[in-house]
Amino acid sequence: MIRLRNLHKSYTVGRNRLHVLKGIDLEIGARELVAVMGASGSGKSTLMNILGLLDRYDEGEYTLDGVAMGALTETRAAQYRSQYIGFVFQSFHLIPFKNAAENVALPLYYQGVPRKERNERAAVYLEKVGLADRAEHLPSELSGGQQQRVAIARALVAQPKLLLADEPTGALDSATSRDVMKVLQAVQDDGVSVVIITHERDIAHMTDRLIHLVDGRIAGDSRQRRLNPDDVVVDIEALDAVPAAAGAPAAPAGAVPEAAAG
Amino acid sequence: MIRFDAWQEIFDTVRHNKLRTALTGFAVAWGIFMLVVLLGSGKGLEHGVDYQFRDDAVNSIWISSGQTSVAYKGMQPGREVQFDNQDYDEVTTRVPGVEYASARFWIFGSQQVNYKNENGSYTIRAVHPGHQVLERTKVVSGRYLNELDLRQFRKSALLGTLVAAALFRDEDPIGKEIRIGGISFKVVGVFDDEGSEREREFIYLPISTAQRTFNGGNRLSQILYTTGDASLAESEKMAGASRRILSVNHTFDPDDERAIYVNNNVENYQKIVALTGAIRLFVWVVGIGTLLAGVVGVSNIMLVAVRERTREIGIRKALGATPASIVGLVLQESVLITTVAGYAGLVLGVLVLEGLSRAIPDAAFFRNPQVDLRVALSATVLLIVAGTVAGFFPARRAAAIRPIEALRDE
Repeated sequence: MIRLRNLHKSYTVGRNRLHVLKGIDLEIGARELVAVMGASGSGKSTLMNILGLLDRYDEGEYTLDGVAMGALTETRAAQYRSQYIGFVFQSFHLIPFKNAAENVALPLYYQGVPRKERNERAAVYLEKVGLADRAEHLPSELSGGQQQRVAIARALVAQPKLLLADEPTGALDSATSRDVMKVLQAVQDDGVSVVIITHERDIAHMTDRLIHLVDGRIAGDSRQRRLNPDDVVVDIEALDAVPAAAGAPAAPAGAVPEAAAG
Repeated sequence: MIRFDAWQEIFDTVRHNKLRTALTGFAVAWGIFMLVVLLGSGKGLEHGVDYQFRDDAVNSIWISSGQTSVAYKGMQPGREVQFDNQDYDEVTTRVPGVEYASARFWIFGSQQVNYKNENGSYTIRAVHPGHQVLERTKVVSGRYLNELDLRQFRKSALLGTLVAAALFRDEDPIGKEIRIGGISFKVVGVFDDEGSEREREFIYLPISTAQRTFNGGNRLSQILYTTGDASLAESEKMAGASRRILSVNHTFDPDDERAIYVNNNVENYQKIVALTGAIRLFVWVVGIGTLLAGVVGVSNIMLVAVRERTREIGIRKALGATPASIVGLVLQESVLITTVAGYAGLVLGVLVLEGLSRAIPDAAFFRNPQVDLRVALSATVLLIVAGTVAGFFPARRAAAIRPIEALRDE
């Protein structure tokens, strides 16, 4: 599905050259649910931008679904984005003056799908994320979790091969985060490759594969058994219960603040 | 790019940015409003000028006699020049290009005219048949004077509408006998003249009859003729030729400006036409300048709008919008706003002109201001062009937005 060979990317900041990606080799197959973790500045956002054809790379190779994504014109990149890739962002990025259904239908507009079919397909995907009854609501009338679900529906409506999620739960509380992760797991089950960029350990554990990015290089790449978000609920509640039982309220366990950190 | 769907997308945007759209539109509406009002007023001026010339043929030369002001061939200055029938014959036959011609013989003072018990005093104009073209006289009933009237010295008379109304009331005047200064004339027709009230109080008589009846001998007061489709230069040549013939006949210096007065309407008209042309040009320049200010305003506001919508445009690009579709988005919005607002300004301008032409009385040099269809069409085309120009720079800016920067979470 995705193949990266010795990918390099650097930025020029003032007079300095900032080498962000220092040779990434990576393969992600179809129907994989992958988490990319890394500290800020590790290059994970740059990697996502390159995977999403929003940014160019300096050196190396990137093939997506067998198609080389070398030096593309902006128009060509836009067409590939429209055809192959769906995006989910930390701050949802819904268009504020369009209602949920119109937001979901927008990628189809750029594919030239007729209006009627657009609306039908948008309704189907809103139903999938459980928001059929919110179709007419503006983003400002939806909660954070609902907005992110609308964004996921929008990312999926054009039936992409690859869903890129950049900190999809970053702006959500832990309960809502779990809802969103359930939706993303279901997406992967539908046959789409999902790459989630996160710095939340418990979110990363809800995927099948965990890639660690450190200083522009892959420092770790391991398969794992994904956790069911519902099970995590129990874990966190159990952890919450511990300090109370131990009579030490000011010393919560490590996993909890990490999960809550936005 | 110009699909119904695309327009739907624009309508959405416009609907959700009402204030911005209204402000943008106002600048353009104002510009086109000013343009229309200015153009209409310019037209009003033109109509005023046309009105000034409506009375007489514009391609005519009028020669009146005067007094010599310089000594010439041993003759003292200060002599009266008196035209006669020979002058008329020579001018009309020897000057090339004369189309319709007439002389005038003035009978001094007004004449007592009566029919049965009705009477009044009216001015008499004795003319040739060609005078009808020169004065743009309209025959309302009966006929104009003709060659036969002149040749046979017929006592025929042509009455102005006001004369006919005063003397005959409801009766048909054609064929009736009236008395002018005690002499019997037969009414052959009634005429109307747009020139003025006064012109409708004239009575026209055959010049030969009048000379004989009113003791005129072969004297003439004025010689006038039309120049056909002669150019300004040709008409000047004709005026010069006439002057030379008359200077020989009456022995005065052909350069003596006061011996005879040659009034070349072609020249006057050309001057006015040039003037109205200049006014029209000026009006367009001012109008387009105003419109340009509106266009710059639109451009400016669209630029701000594009900046405001950076994130939205970034989202659209991430979702697969090509640069061309983003350019289309901005450009179409700009064209839509300028066209709709401009059309509103156009309609408003036309309404104001209508009101204006109704509210103000017709003055001599300003009447019936209006915009014609061609102007309205050019203004519309201008608007669409203006919208495109106004949208061009903002659209380019929008197309250059990079999604990764637009979508960065601060």
